[in-house]
Amino acid sequence: MLKSAREIEAMRRSGRVTAAVLTHLMQSVRPGRTTGELDRLAEQGILAAGGVPTFKGYNGFPGSICSSVNNEVVHGIPGSRALREGDLLSIDIGTTLDGYVSDSAVTVPVGKISRNAQRLLDVTHECLAIGIAQMQRGKRLGDIGAAVQRHAESHGYGVVRELVGHGVGRAMHEEPQVPNYGDAGTGIELRTGLVLAVEPMITEGSRKVRMLKDGWTVVTADGKLAAHFEHTIAVTENGPQILTLRDYAEHPEIERYRHANEVMA
Amino acid sequence: MARKRRGRMPRNKASAEKAAKTATPKEEAIEVEGTIVEPLPNAMFRVELANGHRVLAHVSGKIRMNFIRILPGDRVLVELSPYDLTHGRITYRYK
Repeated sequence: MLKSAREIEAMRRSGRVTAAVLTHLMQSVRPGRTTGELDRLAEQGILAAGGVPTFKGYNGFPGSICSSVNNEVVHGIPGSRALREGDLLSIDIGTTLDGYVSDSAVTVPVGKISRNAQRLLDVTHECLAIGIAQMQRGKRLGDIGAAVQRHAESHGYGVVRELVGHGVGRAMHEEPQVPNYGDAGTGIELRTGLVLAVEPMITEGSRKVRMLKDGWTVVTADGKLAAHFEHTIAVTENGPQILTLRDYAEHPEIERYRHANEVMA
Repeated sequence: MARKRRGRMPRNKASAEKAAKTATPKEEAIEVEGTIVEPLPNAMFRVELANGHRVLAHVSGKIRMNFIRILPGDRVLVELSPYDLTHGRITYRYK
């Protein structure tokens, strides 16, 4: 379960591809774009970098990204759906490079969004930052979920129970499971070499979700908005290292996310 | 891609405590000595216990596996369930 320094370096290389492609997708989001177009961009980007889209073919998933709009929480299948002004879009992407997987996700606004939607976005991103801050040697797995849950629920939001974060390595889903809820001080001890994908899934209203008939898309039961952010993070001697960190300095048009990046720095 | 939660991770503190409290430990069976009175069909026997009670007992798989014959008059060890004291399991035949 624990990765050596060399393996973490390989995962960092994979993470850079994921981060770069995701940044490119974030810049491409605008009203009128279809989720299918974003999917194709992602696939081209990953292949061009020498990697393989991890999601494509995973248990039969047809896309390279998961595109989840508004009340869709996760695992939306990209297709002909056109994005509209005011939509809240979650993009989840995974890259396998030289055998190592990296997994990351962002939720972005399409054009101008409502104040409620922006607040949900900010809080969810903060949840990820707070969860990452818990990933210190000696702390426990439950500390991550407890912190995320406390932050989200303090704003009146719901924390999805049925889906969890996960360990990452040569496979996308490895042990341990990383729920976004829980009790501090429980769970396995976090040690150097542990690489986790922490992915808070937060809902505007009730935390209850259901799955659509396509067998993939998870939506909120009450139809309200949901946000999702994810990073692949390694526990190291010097604290958590985000392997899928996006380099904002190179992309000034996404400066608005910089504040959350600083929370995580 | 998020992973579906596997296994019985408690959904919240309340259900975690409930799981810990209501887990039932294996019940203690009561072991008594008895004598075989008469054989019945299907490897069942009527056994008279030390305290005079007559119970229906069946032969345990371990005894069958080792081809041990049980005849009337044998002294045996019977395991009784605390839920039904009229049925037992023959678990040992004394020399």
